[in-house]
Amino acid sequence: MDSKLHVSASPHIHSARTTQSIMLDVVIALLPAAIAGVILFGLSALAVIVCCVAVSVLSEFVFNLILKKEQTVGDLSAVVTGLLLALNLPANVPLWQAGVGSVFAIIVVKCLFGGLGHNLVNPAITARVFMLVAFGSMAQAAFPLDTVAGATPLVELAAGNSPSLMDLFLGKTGGAIGETCTLALLIGGIYLLCRRVIQWHLPVAFIGTVFLFTLALVGFDFVTALAWTLSGGLFLGAIFMATDYVTSPATPLGMFVFGVLAGVLTVVIRFFGNYPEGVSFAILFMNIMTPFIDKWTARKPFGTGGVKA
Amino acid sequence: MAFSLHGVHVPHRKNTAAMPAVRMGAPGTVTLPMVMHIGKAAIPVVKVGDHVDVGTLVAEQDGKISSPIYASVSGKVSKIGDMLLSNGSTAPAITIESDGEMTVSETVAPPKVENGADLIEAIRKSGIVGLGGAGFPTYVKFDVGDPSKIEELIINGAECEPYITSDTRTMLDRADDMAFALRALEQHLGIKKILIGIENNKKEAIASMQKLAAEDVCVKVCVLPALYPQGGEKVLIYHTTGKTVPAGKLPIDVGCVVCNCTTLAEIGRYLQTGMPLVEKCVTVDGGAVKEPKNVIVPIGTALSDVFDFCGGFTVDPEKVLYGGPMMGIAVPDTSVPVLKQTNAILALSKKEAAPKKTTACLRCGACANHCPFRLDPCAIAFAYKKRDVEELERLAVETCMECGCCAFNCPAGRPLIENHRLAKALVREARAERKAKEATK
Repeated sequence: MDSKLHVSASPHIHSARTTQSIMLDVVIALLPAAIAGVILFGLSALAVIVCCVAVSVLSEFVFNLILKKEQTVGDLSAVVTGLLLALNLPANVPLWQAGVGSVFAIIVVKCLFGGLGHNLVNPAITARVFMLVAFGSMAQAAFPLDTVAGATPLVELAAGNSPSLMDLFLGKTGGAIGETCTLALLIGGIYLLCRRVIQWHLPVAFIGTVFLFTLALVGFDFVTALAWTLSGGLFLGAIFMATDYVTSPATPLGMFVFGVLAGVLTVVIRFFGNYPEGVSFAILFMNIMTPFIDKWTARKPFGTGGVKA
Repeated sequence: MAFSLHGVHVPHRKNTAAMPAVRMGAPGTVTLPMVMHIGKAAIPVVKVGDHVDVGTLVAEQDGKISSPIYASVSGKVSKIGDMLLSNGSTAPAITIESDGEMTVSETVAPPKVENGADLIEAIRKSGIVGLGGAGFPTYVKFDVGDPSKIEELIINGAECEPYITSDTRTMLDRADDMAFALRALEQHLGIKKILIGIENNKKEAIASMQKLAAEDVCVKVCVLPALYPQGGEKVLIYHTTGKTVPAGKLPIDVGCVVCNCTTLAEIGRYLQTGMPLVEKCVTVDGGAVKEPKNVIVPIGTALSDVFDFCGGFTVDPEKVLYGGPMMGIAVPDTSVPVLKQTNAILALSKKEAAPKKTTACLRCGACANHCPFRLDPCAIAFAYKKRDVEELERLAVETCMECGCCAFNCPAGRPLIENHRLAKALVREARAERKAKEATK
């Protein structure tokens, strides 16, 4: 019977956390925002969510099937990508566009670079930017002035009108399905923090920088700065998109640097750029900067002069 | 000390903490490998057919970094032959057929210790090695030339590995032996500051050691958070003294000597009785073991005999380990013997030892964020893949103590420790090559 003993290198026990359980936590954390989106924008929002998730999972499944790769849809990362993309789209986006965006996110941004862990940029963010640029109508759809989504608060703010802070907090404004309800996003964020899936450094630095920078730009008008902070995709981006492990720094210091720089970029684009919203572009840009941040913020190993007694 | 080092909260599973060690009778045979320590193999000084008693010298040490070996049972030397060790190398081993009497050798008598040199010689002769698991010859640690170099003696009672409670039992049941050894070290080596580091999940052991400290002004008990790997040598030094041992240096370079609490108790016993290291208290536990216990075992006893003493297995074990589940060594079969430095033997069930499925690295940073030495296993894996020795050296892979925090945490189940070992070997090889090249120039 002894010949059946398993021999391997230590350690012989492992934590319960797996890639799948992390992804499941992210899905759970996104549910409040998804539910809020459906309540706020109706069944068309649900259709977009279902479409994006289904197409994302199917894309990865088919890609692996055709290339005879090990099936990876079980790790749930495609579900997260699909869900995130859907929450970044307005409820009235044509479903075919949502589908194309999902295929782009999974195939072009993720699978072609080698799959989970190898993508340089966040698939959902990149797909959103791709759709913004690719579909002429999409630019309007993302920041629509029609009845379904209503004028986005960023457009109103730029025009000098200030929406009520309570409406912004509860999401009763125009915008993408999952970005308007700050309350739901905060609930998800707190869940991820409690489950230690994410750390506070990046979201706090990101949101804090946007608030402080905006505060300075609007002449220290506290209410207006808060309105800018609660508007657009900032909370969705800072809590769920920028914290993507693969495309953000690994050390707390690196996360902090990423957050601050992304915050500065967001405000610069919002105030001085051509687009009303800058969160996606800021995250995408910082994704590309991540390897450099990782290099600059690497820890000094113990005993090599890092900490003195 | 500004920050404490990172680590992981491993499950404690100290099921046997309340069980005083029970002594197992003489096994049929014992097998004594000539390598039960770090350093050169000991050289047998007995022949097949010789009669030996408990405490008879059977192998003398070879060179400074080595240790003598004594018979752990009385009986007849039946075989001297090569044996495959768990690290893959072979070494001679002496097999003794027990006569069941456990007759104590006439050579066993308390050593005469009048000064520091006597004490160090006594520790050498005792055959004691680092009993926390590393097996470094203990006398070498104290043989530092000028004993005043030793600013702090740190007694390691952290016992941070899951399951293992043999050190806890030492602190509870053998405080007298420990105190005796400490007095000798204070008297003859002039050691003035002794810190006993214990994790805060061992309340009784802490109380026992505090009692010891109350009777000895040099001794202070340091209660440490139960955060694995608290008992790692450099981690313990940092958390008890605030000193950082530089990479590639030894504790003595910052004035510290670390000694495991059971090692200390063995020194105390040797000084009092002259009985060298011939038996060992091991924690026998794991999901497959019927009656987990702490057992005092003659060194060289086959693991299977010890498991049988504990009622055998309830289910077929998936893995059998020397030591704890974080750093222990998986053995291919249970005929291998209990060694000097064995502090536990675990038989893990399939459920306990279930490996994680290996998937792609997410770059989540869980490995680096939990490394006590602030290494970046993810970057090391990448550099090793490229066989980039320079990068591996820059990443200080050689400082890795293989505690396993990174691999324990990795959600993708990546074999990080295995990778570090390969990377370290690569760096060592490259360095040896470089040296050889320079020598021929």
